[in-house]
Amino acid sequence: MNDFWQPSCSLDALRQRAQLLRTLREFFAARDVLEVQTATLGSRTVTDVAIESLRVRDGAFLQTSPEYQLKRLLAAGAPSLYQLGPVFRAGEAGRLHNPEFTLLEWYRIGFDHLQLMAEVTELVDLVLGSQPIRTLTYKDLVGTLSGDRDVLDLRCADAIAKLGQGRFFITEYPAEQAALARLDAASAEIAARFELVIDGVEIANGYHELGDAAELRQRFQDDRAHRTRTGLYCPELDERFLAAMESGLPDCAGVALGVDRLLMLKLSASSLAEVMPFPVTIA
Amino acid sequence: MASYSTNEFRSGLKVLLEGDPCSILENEFVKPGKGRAFNRVKFRNLKTGRVWERTFKSGLRIEAADVLELDMEYLYTDGEFWHFMKTDGSFEQVAAAEPTVADVKDWLKEQEIFQVTLWNDSPISVTPPNFVELEVSETDPGLKGDTAQGATKPATLSTGVTIKVPLFINIGDILRIDTRKGEYVSRA
Repeated sequence: MNDFWQPSCSLDALRQRAQLLRTLREFFAARDVLEVQTATLGSRTVTDVAIESLRVRDGAFLQTSPEYQLKRLLAAGAPSLYQLGPVFRAGEAGRLHNPEFTLLEWYRIGFDHLQLMAEVTELVDLVLGSQPIRTLTYKDLVGTLSGDRDVLDLRCADAIAKLGQGRFFITEYPAEQAALARLDAASAEIAARFELVIDGVEIANGYHELGDAAELRQRFQDDRAHRTRTGLYCPELDERFLAAMESGLPDCAGVALGVDRLLMLKLSASSLAEVMPFPVTIA
Repeated sequence: MASYSTNEFRSGLKVLLEGDPCSILENEFVKPGKGRAFNRVKFRNLKTGRVWERTFKSGLRIEAADVLELDMEYLYTDGEFWHFMKTDGSFEQVAAAEPTVADVKDWLKEQEIFQVTLWNDSPISVTPPNFVELEVSETDPGLKGDTAQGATKPATLSTGVTIKVPLFINIGDILRIDTRKGEYVSRA
């Protein structure tokens, strides 16, 4: 039978996806958080050492997250806002990965990461039904905050896999893994960053956002140095983003949440292919 | 020497791991959003049958193993080696040593087709068909008409293995055996 053109997910999964998108939009409408659409194709991309961008022929990049542009909007005076749409990451494909996926990313002015974790909890309870979320620190999970990054990442991934069923916030990431989070007010060893893990699946990653342009520039330069050392592609700095931070990011917290994975959990599916019609293998 | 990158890993791929030929059973891409990518891989060691789990940094390459799985006809044993022949009309033969056939010896019947795994052209394992038919060489006389459920007696088959059979079985009967469980199924 020649059915290679068929979608990988059921029609019911499509309906459930549509319902989930409606639910998410209603959630934010009820909270006066503004939906925005930023560019999917941008002239700059992230320097993050663990994320590779897809580059199109004219040199632009498919965005790996709307983060920089959303923060430019916040710096320009926009209120709390969110984007719900596709993002792209090169080389990520598997049961829980697809190079193109749907990301929900939102920013709350005046929130810190703890307040934002409370809002993430409300959203997850709304979609998946109420269940307590346990909070673990990175140190609880991995046993240490310092060491070789590859070793730490592997131990962290293994520890998350071992958590098994249940909902967990992981907090107090090592400063070296702060990404764009500010450092903890009480300890420069710890970043104001959290992740949400549900049933062993990483669902969301959030920060109390760092707005210090000089520190951000330094982190990007460190990323670039690491990329040069390890032979990875080395993107130019996003000067528009840095100028926006220079002009002033309001105090805010932000989080990015994988919508396809959330739908997967809602439908008790075991792979993304069951909740997206055309994963990369057949798109 | 050929090698495979982690992103070419798929189940059934034959690779060399710590010097042993292995078959990939499962390959899971693992990547934290802000962390390095890994592949968590399950292998079956083709020499021992044991399952190994290993984690690799994504992008790493490992050496391919020259492994072939062939249907071959069992010919005979000379006491030291067990001889199998290709079924592709080439009449090519390979000789397997005792450790390679140890698990399958009870079911080795001449002219039967077995799956032989060859590594660098040498046999490293032999898998029997799920069912074989073997003749009873030794058992107590059959009790005619006795088909009482569950009652069994030992019977020795032509290969020398002894299994449990129903009471009505006689010497000379051909039995169908499930090789996965080593159990009597029926009279053939």
